[in-house]
Amino acid sequence: MNVGVIIAVACAGALFGIAAGYWLPPHGRRPARDRLPGGRRILLPFTGEEISRRSFEAAVRLAKAEDAIIMPAFLARVPMNLPLETALPVQCARGMPLLEAIEQRASSQGVPVDSRVGRGRSARDALRKLLEQEHFDRIIVSADEDPRSGLSYDDLRWMLDRVPAEILILRPAPEDNRRISIEAVKGHF
Amino acid sequence: MVVSAEQSRGRLKVFIGMAAGVGKTYRMLLEGHAEQEAGRDVVIGLLETHGRDETARVAEGLPIIPRRRVKYRETVVEEMDLPAILRRAPELCLIDELAHTNVPGIEHAKRYEDIEAVLAAGIDVLSTLNVQHLESLNDHITELSGIRVRETIPDAILGRADEVVLIDLTPEALLDRLRAGKVYPPERIDAALNNFFKIENLSALREVALRQVAEEVGAKRLTTELVGSREESLAADAPHAVGERLLALVEPYPGAQRLVRRAWRSAQRLGAGLDLLWVRAPGKKLAEDEQRSLAALRQLASVLGARMIEEESDDLTGAVVDVASRRGSTYILIGGSRPARGLARLRTPLPQRLMQRLPGVDVRIVADRSQRSSDSSVEGP
Repeated sequence: MNVGVIIAVACAGALFGIAAGYWLPPHGRRPARDRLPGGRRILLPFTGEEISRRSFEAAVRLAKAEDAIIMPAFLARVPMNLPLETALPVQCARGMPLLEAIEQRASSQGVPVDSRVGRGRSARDALRKLLEQEHFDRIIVSADEDPRSGLSYDDLRWMLDRVPAEILILRPAPEDNRRISIEAVKGHF
Repeated sequence: MVVSAEQSRGRLKVFIGMAAGVGKTYRMLLEGHAEQEAGRDVVIGLLETHGRDETARVAEGLPIIPRRRVKYRETVVEEMDLPAILRRAPELCLIDELAHTNVPGIEHAKRYEDIEAVLAAGIDVLSTLNVQHLESLNDHITELSGIRVRETIPDAILGRADEVVLIDLTPEALLDRLRAGKVYPPERIDAALNNFFKIENLSALREVALRQVAEEVGAKRLTTELVGSREESLAADAPHAVGERLLALVEPYPGAQRLVRRAWRSAQRLGAGLDLLWVRAPGKKLAEDEQRSLAALRQLASVLGARMIEEESDDLTGAVVDVASRRGSTYILIGGSRPARGLARLRTPLPQRLMQRLPGVDVRIVADRSQRSSDSSVEGP
């Protein structure tokens, strides 16, 4: 075959490839950095304006060791007299900044984060609904029974009995006063 | 001399309060009397006394345009007689309960639309409104009070009012009035005390009402400054600034949640509505992790009170322009774009394309704060 024809075909192919990069819609071409590892999923539930820093650090250590994703989940409570699908802007005004703070802090340590929001009649109900929708390999909670953390001893017992995941309950410790709060959000959120 | 439509339009003054019984109608009637004594032709277009004797007494002496009777589903309902008001053409008309929904079959679905017609006829209007009827506050107040208010009005209606007057009362004083039978008849007092009229509800509603009026005053002051210092044409545009609406472009991947949270915070600060838009490529099948992300996005939108819109199109810019025009978006928020490849480097970036096709709409690129230097890290106690 004529060398000129080969060169022309190669050039045409290259041009077609480049042009396809221009003309094809951008959908479905998410770069690798945006994709999450397909590995284990660590749930970090909370209901208030802060979480135990020990819980967070435990989640980060495990996520790094297991190439896992941290999934912080804000559990919102819907009052009994309102429909379950009610919007909850007042609670979200507390929960969203903390989700942001956790995500910023975990991302800056190189750990992928995928946030969730659960909604139910109680923190346990919201957690139960979340667990019905998705599978999590581990759940990390602190047993300091601080109402700001949201889950009581009863809830922890329920999790141990009913939840098909590894439950890591951090025993109370003197450093439990070290917490991550909405103050930790970087910049104007 | 040419008289513009704006000059011949009537003026709207709204008395706003945190709940029924604070004295909005009473105050409206007192102002009606004062105007009448000043020599103006004042009529009552619609008055709801709710059986309150002191309200009925203060209405005495002001001419009332009788309500008309409208038949709806085998029942007869009384509604404000808009054609009679327009025929009577007073200088000032008192129309209670701005957020009322009319019975189907008459000129307009909502009373605020009737009021628009009255104002357009050059008649001044005094009206009343409870703060929970404002559309943008509806979710907030539902969560605070536990009661969903069905009759709402767009915030822009209040934004277009020439004057907004807050009728304020402490929650304790309102509860005293309720217990004394000055708000509802005796048979309704217990139910009211057990449901809506709780001190914590009223305190929260009072805070919302005070905040709302403060924002209205701020917006009016800004409008006045604009009109005073720049071309007169700005006067027509300024009131639109009150009705902000945000549109956030999302895709089913975890980073989109950050964008939604930031968009929601901005919407809260602006008192604006929030829409989320995902433009899906035709025939695109979602991977398992994308399906999970999409479900999480829908759940987040629902909890935040945002509306999730899903469009199928190959033309991303066109779809965004179409939705933004349809929804009246004033801001568009997008995440950081992916690096372009091949000839795509020569293509105009999405933000510029949107700005070209949506003049007057702000386009904001939301940064990933986790990429910032950790020097500024602040930790909670």
